[in-house]
Amino acid sequence: MAVQKLPLAKALNESLRKALETDPKVLIMGLDVGKLGGVFRITEGLQKDFGEDRVIDTPLAESGIVGTAIGLALRGYRPVVEIQFDGFVFPAYDQIVTQLAKIRARSLGTVKMPVVIRIPYGGGIGAVEHHSESPESLFAHVAGLKVVTPANSSDAYWMLQQAIQSDDPVIFFEPKRRYWDKGEVDTEAIPGELHKARVAREGTDLTLVAYGPMVKTCLEVAEAAAEEGKSIEVVDLRSISPIDFDTIQASVEKTRRLVVVHEAPVFFGSGAEIAARITERCFYHLEAPVLRVGGYHAPYPPARLEEEYLPGLDRVLDAVDRSLAY
Amino acid sequence: MTVESTAARKTTRRSSGTKRTASASTSTTKKTSTRAEAVATEPELVQLLTPEGERVQHPDYDIDLSAEELRGLYRDMVLTRRFDAEATSLQRQGELGLWASLLGQEAAQIGSGRALRDDDYVFPTYREHGVAWVRGVDPTNLLGMFRGVNHGGWDPSTNNFHLYTIVLGSQTLHATGYAMGIAKDGADSAVLAYFGDGASSQGDVNESFVFSAVYNAPVVFFCQNNQWAISEPTEKQTRVPLYQRAAGFGFPGVRVDGNDVLACLAVTRWALERARNGEGPTLIEAFTYRMAAHTTSDDPTKYRRDEEREAWEAKDPIQRLKTYMENEGHADAAFFEELEAESEALGKQVREVVRAMPVPEHMAIFDNVYADGHALVDEERAEFAAYQASFANGEAE
Ligand SMILES: Cc1ncc(C[n+]2csc(CCOP(=O)(O)OP(=O)(O)O)c2C)c(N)n1
Repeated sequence: MAVQKLPLAKALNESLRKALETDPKVLIMGLDVGKLGGVFRITEGLQKDFGEDRVIDTPLAESGIVGTAIGLALRGYRPVVEIQFDGFVFPAYDQIVTQLAKIRARSLGTVKMPVVIRIPYGGGIGAVEHHSESPESLFAHVAGLKVVTPANSSDAYWMLQQAIQSDDPVIFFEPKRRYWDKGEVDTEAIPGELHKARVAREGTDLTLVAYGPMVKTCLEVAEAAAEEGKSIEVVDLRSISPIDFDTIQASVEKTRRLVVVHEAPVFFGSGAEIAARITERCFYHLEAPVLRVGGYHAPYPPARLEEEYLPGLDRVLDAVDRSLAY
Repeated sequence: MTVESTAARKTTRRSSGTKRTASASTSTTKKTSTRAEAVATEPELVQLLTPEGERVQHPDYDIDLSAEELRGLYRDMVLTRRFDAEATSLQRQGELGLWASLLGQEAAQIGSGRALRDDDYVFPTYREHGVAWVRGVDPTNLLGMFRGVNHGGWDPSTNNFHLYTIVLGSQTLHATGYAMGIAKDGADSAVLAYFGDGASSQGDVNESFVFSAVYNAPVVFFCQNNQWAISEPTEKQTRVPLYQRAAGFGFPGVRVDGNDVLACLAVTRWALERARNGEGPTLIEAFTYRMAAHTTSDDPTKYRRDEEREAWEAKDPIQRLKTYMENEGHADAAFFEELEAESEALGKQVREVVRAMPVPEHMAIFDNVYADGHALVDEERAEFAAYQASFANGEAE
């Protein structure tokens, strides 16, 4: 059966299974990935089927997990590392930023670093501190890393395998609040390029650029705006480093208006990069300044305030109205 | 504190403790050859009260408590367990987003916590509800972060009880630094830092061992080895009993029966005293068991067997003290009845306070981000306020 309807989490699970089957050098490493199948069950059943040597429960030490994955990669393996939650990647940040990202360049391109670091990220699940953050720009800022994030089941399935096949380190952000959303996965399709953006909905009046968890929100925004007679195009970025500016540019040249939406704080966020580049590229096409909607320059709030903090339908629609008012 | 205490600190340095470490650590060195054995052995636990409630002696860590003190420890454990049970059921009723239960770890927490002086300082992780209790922290304050209305919600300096720390092991370095500060000040208080067997693998914990040893910091590391780090058994963290690690860093390590409140009290007292006397850090490994799930989000049936839990039920920390007190006539029926009533009242109060806990004002998102203010935060706050207001106006129209 080539086309299946799967929750995003299950699509990731199937993707990892496929990767383990296809390439004996692929390893899965992390906390609780074995019997428990990970706290989000992304690795469920994999240790049972592939053994403890391929699906490796690690000591509770993120720097250790990433550091040893680097060593395994040097030895020819392709480790896929699971970080339990966004806020717990930082003990490993040193290894990722000072080592993983730079080894290829330092070896004059002789050394491959096929390490994938999977990080469930973002809010909206009512969690406690450190379980809801969006640190993607902290990684995108670092040369040598690639940063991607799927927004639906099909991309979850395909992008993860493409990330594993890449000889570069890939930070693979998983929109945890979309884990349970179902979508079609065609396991025999020919996937699009890993770093190419996708026009998720066509429109003519304004472009919304989003990625990961915010794609669904933006599609809902477009739906709501359509009822008011506004035609909104939604671009799902898919890759945050590199960014497919050509697709955004083509869209903005058509719609002449751009709003970038992400959960991460706006200040120094990926929206700033997109706004600057698109302003350069599309200066004479733009009818309004590029607007951004995202988190505030404040610690991610306690769960009972997260709905205020996260960009929701109303805040994005508000930005859409402001842009259209120019 | 005083010049004398600094001097005392220096003169007594390294005078005691070494003998104890030696005796505690040599006993198991032969037994750690295979992975299974490393975990299965329970080498010389310091124990003063057997699981059957029998009082036993220990040559190094004996303790003499009055009937009233025993009743106090018992009361602490019962009320802590009641509080924990209430929080668990509040989570099930949707009043809390999450709860990390301490069920089974009452003796480790009450015993160690009751060894503290008021001027000592505690650095907990996120499960130290019993320690918070003995520090006098209002237990309902612990629930704010689990309800999702704040990220802590108490002033650590009120009870010398730091905020809960969720990133594993981070607080052990804070504890060490605080202890270094105490030593610099010439004060004679001490620091007690809690962490789990899983956290013992973190770099931060190992770095805190290095710093505390190098600076001879008055800190006691209290590792509650409850056998599991979510789904990972202790054998996924270490091949030697955890208390033995201390030796490699140059300070004593002791393994105590974590379900024996008397032993936990005695050993922690000893270690805090060493710290006060300028003899530096100690690692205590309280050998105990997490009876409940890791948190209310966890499903232990995926990775552990019921028989294991049942075997640990027989070592229940509360029951064994009760048996002892009853056998020795340290408490009468009236005491237990009154305590039962007190437990019920605590449960009721916790329930009421939690349900009434207000959701913070939306604007609180921007509060306390900086001490000195920040132009961007001010700008975003104003924008946010205007946006909220426009919303309210829209509804009114
Ligand atoms: C740095 C970091 N990584 C991962 C986690 C997720 N996590 C929370 S609790 C836990 C297990 C902790 O086990 P242990 O230290 O033994 O303490 P216990 O919960 O058993 O008391 C994990 C992996 C975390 N909080 N911090």
